[in-house]
Amino acid sequence: MDHELLLDLYRKMLRIRRFEEEAARLYTERKIGGFLHLYIGQEAVGVGAISVLEPQDYIVTAYRCHGQYLARGGTSRAGMAELLGKVTGCAQGRGGSMHFYDASLNFMGGWGIVGAHLPLAAGMAFASKYRGDNAVAICFLGDGAINQGAFHEALALSTLWNLPVVYVIENNYFAMGTPLYKTAATDDLSIRALAYPMARDVVDGHDVFAVRSCIHAAVSRAREQNLPTLIEARTYRYRGHSMADPGTYRSKEEVEEQKQRDPIKSLGDKLAALGLNLKITQITDEIEAEIQDAVKFAEDSPYPAPETALDHVYA
Amino acid sequence: MDTPTVNSIFTQTGFKMREIAIRDALKEAMSEEMRRDGNIFLMGEEVGSYNGAYKCSKGMLDEFGAKRVIDTPIAECGFTGIGIGAAMAGLRPIIEFMTFNFSLVAIDQILNTAAKARYMSAGQFKLPIVFRGAGGAAYQLGAQHTNSFEGFYAYTPGLYVVAPSTPFDMKGLLKSSIRDDNPVVFFESELTYSMKGQVPEEEYVIPLGVADIKKEGKDITLISWSKMVHVALECAADLEKEGISAEVIDLRTLRPLDTQAIFNSVSKTHRAVVIQEMHAVSSYGAYISHLISSEIMDELDAPVALVSSAEAPFPYSKGIEPYIMTNKSLVMPRIRATLNQTI
Repeated sequence: MDHELLLDLYRKMLRIRRFEEEAARLYTERKIGGFLHLYIGQEAVGVGAISVLEPQDYIVTAYRCHGQYLARGGTSRAGMAELLGKVTGCAQGRGGSMHFYDASLNFMGGWGIVGAHLPLAAGMAFASKYRGDNAVAICFLGDGAINQGAFHEALALSTLWNLPVVYVIENNYFAMGTPLYKTAATDDLSIRALAYPMARDVVDGHDVFAVRSCIHAAVSRAREQNLPTLIEARTYRYRGHSMADPGTYRSKEEVEEQKQRDPIKSLGDKLAALGLNLKITQITDEIEAEIQDAVKFAEDSPYPAPETALDHVYA
Repeated sequence: MDTPTVNSIFTQTGFKMREIAIRDALKEAMSEEMRRDGNIFLMGEEVGSYNGAYKCSKGMLDEFGAKRVIDTPIAECGFTGIGIGAAMAGLRPIIEFMTFNFSLVAIDQILNTAAKARYMSAGQFKLPIVFRGAGGAAYQLGAQHTNSFEGFYAYTPGLYVVAPSTPFDMKGLLKSSIRDDNPVVFFESELTYSMKGQVPEEEYVIPLGVADIKKEGKDITLISWSKMVHVALECAADLEKEGISAEVIDLRTLRPLDTQAIFNSVSKTHRAVVIQEMHAVSSYGAYISHLISSEIMDELDAPVALVSSAEAPFPYSKGIEPYIMTNKSLVMPRIRATLNQTI
């Protein structure tokens, strides 16, 4: 694998990590309101998956959406400004943490009702197939979404109509505070694909390379054969469900153990072994400057003007 | 060439008129628009091979093929969401609910996704999608198949809500709804699909947000929409025999609402009765009553009356259904009371 690609994956994961650490800080300073769901620990899934997509592909995700937004090429500035509710944000402050959008990147949101976004992804895949424009839709969801009716209806229709869509369950083992064993009668979530029936895969979500190859296979299957896939990426979030959640339902030991498999540290070790230490330092400095610039940009930006409050209700 | 825009059948000249049923008016609207724009497709239960549960899409599968007239499994949440996703990606779906009774398992998709996607993204996406089907009550279908849910949709900013009553209005407004870049919830009625009326042979559209005076009058204004317009017209015909002149306003669209048409009429007649099939509590008619009472109170000679279905689920038995569901015998006493009242 060429070094530039490795460094780019590292840069993207580090950007998400530092973006969210700063967001958490700003939240405790009450500069960010509402809910703030952090992706910290899960970066390899979004970065690995999105790194194999084409520009015409659609990305749909749930409310834990900062990571995929940044992985797709959304800027730290527009993301941070959105968190602060500023007019320079990626949704001009109308969306907030859970509702990032960038139509120019086919980043289609940022959705807050668990499971309800799966049919949307199927619809984008439907549109792609209808027009013959060769785009694939990828949909990220949490393990908490797999018992919703919308999950099952989306999967059933995707298979029935041969839609080019890839569903990625980011299994972080908790639906908010409820552990997976209380919400699913199996520890292999991918087998739900068998009922429709749909291709399935399971991947180590800490390993950005494993994620890349798994998603690449699924995306190729979608693009070339119009066949959907359900993937379970096993991952872990280090923080609570949201900033409001101290995460007391997990032991410190469990979280520390999971951190030993940190995807960014793992890739960093690999880069070091390749003799790229200097590059790592350089990237770390660049990301630090970028995030600080984004925070300043967001803080300096104005709120949307009151007279625009009713804009965009209708086209 | 631009399609002519018309407001009311009563002011039309130069069109060649013929009589067709509402189901055919709807089919013509969809078919004409689908011929015009390849991005439009029709999706729903029984819309294809079965020709529509109420035959509103008769022959459309043959004309447009299975790519554009798409039979779905019974999975309203799923295919509604697929329609919304396709609209965000640039297509122009028409999603048919066999009846709006079945739309509630998809209502999250409509209220919480379709209505809000544009606003939440600060205008980055258009949502050119129509949700259409039979709304309101039919006869003896029992409580779960008898609901007037237009208020749920009309409550929600980001949606347009259309509820016409005649073949002419159905066709012109459905064409406008399909051409609109916003999500439109379009209510038809099981009981009126066979109702016939004059419709031009030529193409035309009716703009959203314009009410229509279905009968002019000077003594009292009857305000309604959808099937209840016909109840209002029946009442007005009875009153006419007694020398009482009632004006019948057909709102046609609930969002956007043509408030000026209501105010103009009530300012002329000074008495108003709102007739709805919904229950009264938290209802659209209550909002209309509030608007009149608060905005043009000085014009009123009597309190605004609101006639609604009773506060009970709709029963099966024809022995009691008429005592629950808004109908002429329930409306007439309220009109008489309003005519006799003074403030």
